[in-house]
Amino acid sequence: MLFSDLGTSVPRSEVLPPESGGRKSKLRRAWLPVLAMAPFFIYTGVGLGVPIVYIIRNAFLTFQGKFTFSNMDLLVHGIYLKGFENSLLLSVITSIIPGILGVFLAYAIVTSNSGVLKRMVATASAVLANFGGINLTFIFIAAFGETTGIITVWLNHIGLNPWSHGFDLYNFYGVAFVYLYFQLPLMVLVITPALGGLRQSWREAAQNMGASNWRYWRHVGIPVLMPSILGGILLLFGSSFAAYATAQTLTEGTVTLAPIQIGDTVSGNAIAGEANVGFAIALGMLIVLSITMVFYGLARRRASKWLR
Amino acid sequence: MAQVAESYYFENPEVNPQLPQRRRRRRKKFRLWRLVVLVVALAYFLAPLYAGVKFALQNDLGKFSFWAFTSLPSEQGFSGAFFLSMRLAFFTAAVELILMVPTAIFVHIRVPKLRPIMDFVTILPIVVPPIVLIVGVLGSAPLWLKSSPYLLSIFYVVLAMPFVYRSLDAGLSAIDLKTLVEASRSLGGSWIRTLWSVIMPNLRAALLSATALTLALVFGEYTMANLDGWTTMPVWIAQFQQSDAHVTLAASMALLIGTWLLLSLIVAADRSQSRRSRRKAGTP
Repeated sequence: MLFSDLGTSVPRSEVLPPESGGRKSKLRRAWLPVLAMAPFFIYTGVGLGVPIVYIIRNAFLTFQGKFTFSNMDLLVHGIYLKGFENSLLLSVITSIIPGILGVFLAYAIVTSNSGVLKRMVATASAVLANFGGINLTFIFIAAFGETTGIITVWLNHIGLNPWSHGFDLYNFYGVAFVYLYFQLPLMVLVITPALGGLRQSWREAAQNMGASNWRYWRHVGIPVLMPSILGGILLLFGSSFAAYATAQTLTEGTVTLAPIQIGDTVSGNAIAGEANVGFAIALGMLIVLSITMVFYGLARRRASKWLR
Repeated sequence: MAQVAESYYFENPEVNPQLPQRRRRRRKKFRLWRLVVLVVALAYFLAPLYAGVKFALQNDLGKFSFWAFTSLPSEQGFSGAFFLSMRLAFFTAAVELILMVPTAIFVHIRVPKLRPIMDFVTILPIVVPPIVLIVGVLGSAPLWLKSSPYLLSIFYVVLAMPFVYRSLDAGLSAIDLKTLVEASRSLGGSWIRTLWSVIMPNLRAALLSATALTLALVFGEYTMANLDGWTTMPVWIAQFQQSDAHVTLAASMALLIGTWLLLSLIVAADRSQSRRSRRKAGTP
């Protein structure tokens, strides 16, 4: 969705109005782009650069301002390592499962030949994919809460109370269950164009050569789609890994996840002497997300080879 | 366009009777699994929404009532939170547009070489999630700025940038900017006039969706506002949960419906824009 225009930038010829070539206007022509672009680059540079540099610097400083590796050391041991591992695990679960389900759902919609359905799903996906945050927490509590949840009550009526079968909305898997709600539409959104790019003629060519349906998917469909699917899963991974509000409000901070631990250090709940560990976790998250996005960019470039 | 219609005719067995029967039968077989997938998905996505609406339309005794919605405006702290979010949203949208619209137009007209760089720079905020950004912001912002809620707005501008720039970039690519500018300039229009009465009206859809995205982002943002200690709408909703669950749900649903409307507006705007660019592509 977001990278949709990357790599397709068509250079336009410059539109320069004819101007008399005096020294003043030459000077103006040389400096105008610099002046016009300056606000944007300064704003972005300060708005992103200053916080990031501050995070990197403080990840290697004690609270008193001395250079140290102890913050990074905390990050790779004990509770903070656990939080980081949990975050990675949660992101893997909530990217692969909705990633695969999303392909099937998108395929069901793309091949349905119903324009109305396609349009409705496009709108719904765009809305639901942006649907993280606290609202999601509260509607899930209303639906699946332990005693008053409306769906829980229904299921209880037919003797299938999920809570008495090991379901818990407020633990790690509960968070994963809720994340599915915005991850699945996100996958549908990013994979639909790729599915639309599968040409009917490829299928026909495979059939003419005697390929079964299975062989078509095994040797044509899936290999062509693979970069798009992997790209989608990477995007979902990043989106899960960065999420904070839903997990925080749903579990009230009881699940050990890296973003929640950062939040705790900001609100002053960190153990004395470990105040700067938040910067180390933030740096770790920045590194993981940067790597994810680099691979996402590569997957997209590979995907555009066959599709479009 | 003609090609699309042609392939639609030839490849769609429901329209073209000459296609082999085997294909038709396969489509029939597919229909069952498609139905199952769609019904399960529909149930999963509608169930929590239904529960949310139903819960919001109950009073404390569990009876149907609009009470939670009608009492919402008078709940303690609601109006303060609402107007704070409102102020932040307008300030953010104003700064965002003043910063990004001239920049995007300038890049398209004068320095198209910079477009790949712009694509790269504007995607960077994606790598920096709010929870990471706020740690750096709270540490590095000067004290006078930290005491103002507009500190949040300054960084919401950065968070919204990937969406806003992409929407403006798509809008600018869809119109024939070069011809428009040359026509206006050769008719004696000043740059300001060209910008205001020629380019801007053609960018209406893009501007609309950029604004809607920004407003939706500000009204839904919990992480940074909460950790910066400002009670915006989402923060208020989360805090009020301890007082009354029905009112919380009502506020949540109201926020959600508002966001839903805003985002549907974007989809509609996108569609009118793509229709226009398709028309443009059709006429050589």
